[in-house]
Amino acid sequence: MNDQSMKAAMERGDGPMLAADGTPLKKSLARALRMQKIRALLLVAPLLIFVLLTFLAPIADMLFRSVENQIVSETLPGTTATLDDWEAGEGLPPEPVWRAFYFDLFLAAEAKEHTRLGSRLNYEFTGMSSLFRGAGRGIDDIGEDQAAAIIELDPRWEEGGFWHDLMSGTGDADVRFLDARRDRLERLTGDRYDGDIGFSPGAAVVDLLPLTARAYTDWALYTVLADGDAVIEVTPWEAVPVALFLDLRAADAAAVSGYDGPGRGDLFVAMLAARSSDPIDFRQSFIDLDEDFAIPTIWETIQTYSNRFTPGYFLNAVDLQLTPDGVSARDAGQRIYIVLFQRTMFMSLLITFSCILLGYPVAWILANLPMRVANMLMILVLLPFWTSLLVRTSAWKVMLQQQGVINDTLVWLGLVDDAARLVMINNQFGTIVAMTHILLPFMILPLYSVMQTIPPSYVRAAKSLGATNMTAFWRVYFPQSVPGIGAGSILVFILAIGYYITPEIVGGTKGVFISNRIAYHISASLNWGLGAALGTILLAAVLILYWAYDKVVGIDNVKLGG
Amino acid sequence: MAERAIVHSVLFVAAIVAAFGAFLGLFVGTANGSGLWGIVIGAAVTAVIAVVLVKAVPSSAASRRGARWGLAILFLIVGFLLGALPGAVIGFFAGLFFAWVTYWLATNRYRDSLPPYATSGQVLWHYTFRTICGVIFFFLIAPIVVVMPLSFNAEDFFTFTPEMLSFDPAGYSLKHYQDFFFNSQWQQALRNSVLIAPTATLLSVGFGTLAAIGLSQPHVPFRRAIMAILISPMIVPLIISAAGMFFFYSRVGLQGTYLGVVLAHAALGIPFVIITVTATLVGFDRSLTRAAANMGASPVRTFFKVQMPLILPGVISGGLFAFITSFDEVVVVLFVGSAGQKTLPWQMFIGLREQISPTILAVATILVAISICLLVTVELLRRRSERLRGLSPG
Repeated sequence: MNDQSMKAAMERGDGPMLAADGTPLKKSLARALRMQKIRALLLVAPLLIFVLLTFLAPIADMLFRSVENQIVSETLPGTTATLDDWEAGEGLPPEPVWRAFYFDLFLAAEAKEHTRLGSRLNYEFTGMSSLFRGAGRGIDDIGEDQAAAIIELDPRWEEGGFWHDLMSGTGDADVRFLDARRDRLERLTGDRYDGDIGFSPGAAVVDLLPLTARAYTDWALYTVLADGDAVIEVTPWEAVPVALFLDLRAADAAAVSGYDGPGRGDLFVAMLAARSSDPIDFRQSFIDLDEDFAIPTIWETIQTYSNRFTPGYFLNAVDLQLTPDGVSARDAGQRIYIVLFQRTMFMSLLITFSCILLGYPVAWILANLPMRVANMLMILVLLPFWTSLLVRTSAWKVMLQQQGVINDTLVWLGLVDDAARLVMINNQFGTIVAMTHILLPFMILPLYSVMQTIPPSYVRAAKSLGATNMTAFWRVYFPQSVPGIGAGSILVFILAIGYYITPEIVGGTKGVFISNRIAYHISASLNWGLGAALGTILLAAVLILYWAYDKVVGIDNVKLGG
Repeated sequence: MAERAIVHSVLFVAAIVAAFGAFLGLFVGTANGSGLWGIVIGAAVTAVIAVVLVKAVPSSAASRRGARWGLAILFLIVGFLLGALPGAVIGFFAGLFFAWVTYWLATNRYRDSLPPYATSGQVLWHYTFRTICGVIFFFLIAPIVVVMPLSFNAEDFFTFTPEMLSFDPAGYSLKHYQDFFFNSQWQQALRNSVLIAPTATLLSVGFGTLAAIGLSQPHVPFRRAIMAILISPMIVPLIISAAGMFFFYSRVGLQGTYLGVVLAHAALGIPFVIITVTATLVGFDRSLTRAAANMGASPVRTFFKVQMPLILPGVISGGLFAFITSFDEVVVVLFVGSAGQKTLPWQMFIGLREQISPTILAVATILVAISICLLVTVELLRRRSERLRGLSPG
């Protein structure tokens, strides 16, 4: 609509109402509203981004870790790929799997990553950790004969420079192949493998000797970028001659004799040697190394956990296990988490209940005393609320221990024999007492704010209508205070099930919570996935309660400090 | 004080006073050999005293006051003979208490706070209930109070020594405080805490106040969802935040750095700032900013000259909450920090778990003193804020 027509419409008096600048009022208002919204969002945005990055991203990372299982496929990529074709229950896997396993494990052992994988698989099948550690130590022996045989042919096979010229070949370098090997090592070790290594595999060599090119490139990358040596000065590790023999046995003889790169004569001689010697039996070699490799379950476990994501940690967290035959219960001796979850729930409920029991009378008296007195007494509630958690926990340690204040007093009064001092700490009792004390203000404050709004006239009216004290309280006062109990209980319960410090210090072994187990897995046992899975379950429980809290109280009504 | 007539039978008063006497007698008796005899003698002596106070003292305010002080001095002397200085102190207060309670009961003053028609049962319940509440208050405050004198212990014990109980100066010392102030580990921890907490507070207050102002605008899209996200660090259990931050911060190289700990603590403090500042803004009168804009003030000037002074109490108390959150926090710093970022609570945690050192109690006492200061500040600010809000309509 242009100005002219608008003016005309206005003169007629039936057009849209206009703002001072001539735009229709509706549009103008909508724009103002939009501006307001954008301004509000701009004010909120920095904090929102801050919280997203510093807080929500870590939580998301934890959720991811609870299902993440890349370690198996990243440490043993060849093995997991070849295992795909193998059906569990057919005995041991075929030779290609063992061969892939040899090269994967060799590289992992050189990079010292095989123990990590061993610990990971040990969570699922006991014994894997020591099996992998032993295999990592002994794997050099498997290729020993080939390495010796090739040097016997010509001592030049021991020179780094000779290998370098052979593998570089003539013609174009295969850069994509090199980058793929860089990725492989980065995924294996988690370190960066950037930078020049003074070597790039020739495209013709990669075609002719694929296994050797792979093994040699891996070795070259590792030697230069991790060990800091030069390629031409060091003899390649045993996996390279092993790969060479395999390649030469498999390669077309015409292709080898037709090859025109450096060292082609030596290559031809080596081919003849390779074809006349016995091939390595990888399966037998591994079983000679450790007879546990003959257990099919080992391979079934690797196959089961070769996916990038796994429900295994969650199953572990509820005392189940993902075995090759499906989900099954753990051994009775290993079932600890269900009990721990139950204990956490039970003790948190007990603590919540004790808080209601102790908090209700106090909140009532605070709400019914004259303001001045109530404010004075409120300090007694707020002081513990503001006092450091560790101060209060250490105070309880001082009070409850066997040589502590309470026991000393009881012994002094003759109520308890000196030899039979009460055990009040490092058990569930200690945790419950200390946590009730610590969380009591969180019960009293919401109860108090609800009770303040209950008019005393209702109870008086009930009494004047003939209700007894008990009835007046139970039928009139108590129902009005229920929202306060609800708010306080959920708050206390949420805080209680996630507690870590207090149970850790006064809980001993019987009084610890699921949080302590999470901390243990993260800082001591290093089973991060299980820690993350336990944390995710706990988080889900808390979020459900939070949702309930929002329904009962509303997030906006959260108040602090009375 | 107007004198009051004695309205209760001597027997009633004597019986109740005797009960208190028996309680005191238990402790005096135990200290002198036999608790049982203490109970009996205490009950008998205080019953007789009650009878004498009610029957033999003339019913004028002056003579009753005289009787009270007389009893206090008498108990002081007896207490001194039985238990030297502490005995004398306890005796003095016990004397004052027994005289007061005798007249309080005898002259019916104990019914003053109750309606005149209350039955004896109701009176009994009233005082029983108050006693229960008193015990709960005692439960709340006792652990904190017990720590303070113990921090002056001359021995390396976590309990009261006989020297301490007899007020012997040799039983007390400042050595744990000395340890705190001269031990390099504790000093390093203190330095870290003093470095990390204010920085984290500044971050959370800066971002938090802006966001709270944004959230209190009349039209905010996704207000509930944003609020839920911003409050979440308070709701998610600390161990989960700590685990997540440990994973994520080690991925991005923040684990074990000051920056990592500061960011983590700032995130934890944000909900407190949001909650307190939005609560202050609820009562903020928007027409004030409009008036300022009307008179030609720029938005920035309006913010600093009009809005900020009014919401300042909320901002400061939010900041104090954020500060205490960071200053007291131990779980997250345990995971996100490394030995170089060891804070005071971390050092206390180690002290409690591994080498039990009474220096912890000295630190605890200092921290309690700090929290009392913070508590008083927040209370004063809250009242000021309520007063200010009372001035402005809305």
